[in-house]
Amino acid sequence: MTQSTADEDWSATLFRQMLDADVTMFSYVPDAGNKRLIEHVDASNETRSVLLTTEEEGVAVCAGADLVGKRAVLCMQSSGVGNCANYLSLVTGGRFPLLMVVSMRGDHGEENPWQYPMGQAVEPIFEAMGVLTFRVDDRAELEKTTAAALAATGKGGQSAALILSQKFLGAKAF
Amino acid sequence: MSKITLQRRDVVGTLLAPRKPNLLVVGGLGSPSWDIAATDDNPQDFCLVGAMGLAVPVGLGLAEARPNNRILVITGDGEMLMGIGSLSTVAHARARNLMIVVLDNEQYGETGGQPTHTAGDTDLVAIAAGSGIRTTATIRTENELNELALSIHEIDGPAFYVVKVTPDLPGAVYPPLDGAFAKDRFRMAVLKDQIT
Repeated sequence: MTQSTADEDWSATLFRQMLDADVTMFSYVPDAGNKRLIEHVDASNETRSVLLTTEEEGVAVCAGADLVGKRAVLCMQSSGVGNCANYLSLVTGGRFPLLMVVSMRGDHGEENPWQYPMGQAVEPIFEAMGVLTFRVDDRAELEKTTAAALAATGKGGQSAALILSQKFLGAKAF
Repeated sequence: MSKITLQRRDVVGTLLAPRKPNLLVVGGLGSPSWDIAATDDNPQDFCLVGAMGLAVPVGLGLAEARPNNRILVITGDGEMLMGIGSLSTVAHARARNLMIVVLDNEQYGETGGQPTHTAGDTDLVAIAAGSGIRTTATIRTENELNELALSIHEIDGPAFYVVKVTPDLPGAVYPPLDGAFAKDRFRMAVLKDQIT
């Protein structure tokens, strides 16, 4: 079982790319997949993290930030996408350019059977709620795919999820 | 325990009367949003007509992004209960410019008046305090309400108030139902020429 990708520094790359695009608020529910990203957020004096109790709070925090012209992101594990489903109505109805970073469970290499149903439902839920998806399966795709998600949720005015698959992250040992 | 006499729409009118231009208001689904819309058609109000449970975290997003504004979330007991964990999130973020007022009629007014947990043993003020919000109170009288209204621009937040109101529901006055319009109107009012 692989525990991580060969390149340990992808979180720093992702953080820098987000900061360059003026993303300064990172709301999150902790996950192995966003641990290092949030460490970068907390180490910087240009960015702020907002720890949530449940993922849908982040949908609202990001909408609130957008209402006053600040760029925010919601970082969560794939399980949290199910918690957000109803609340994506706010995003679609209000045309909020919500950006999400989803670290996957229940896909490539998963050994925990409980993770599969929600993991496999992530993209159908986003599609049903009108949210674009940008999937990263390989380290070489990270920058370009992140740039696309940032463009879609920036001037593009769309809501979008950057999906970090377990093929990219490495499956969590179970 | 004194009899509940405060009327929800009068409460919102009293709370918003001393309003200054730096106050931003978030309304929770549904009667609190109707009460806000009935009081004033202010573009600096963002009234939710869905997303039940998210009024407080929308307010938190505003508070975090605009530390020089005052943020007032006005919501109901049912809406608050659906997003109860957000009180811990607010306490942890130490949002000093955020105030939350729950109009507590102890029922789901929009769906037929079914009792919420606050009609039973649930104490929202105790939950807020236990979540780490240090400034909390229950408001039952007009005097207490007037005092709160006058301090809305000075309170050191995060602060959480339950205002006990009668179950009477005045007629619905809707805020803009088009969320994108409400958002753009709010952004134009707050950001003025800085809109991107």
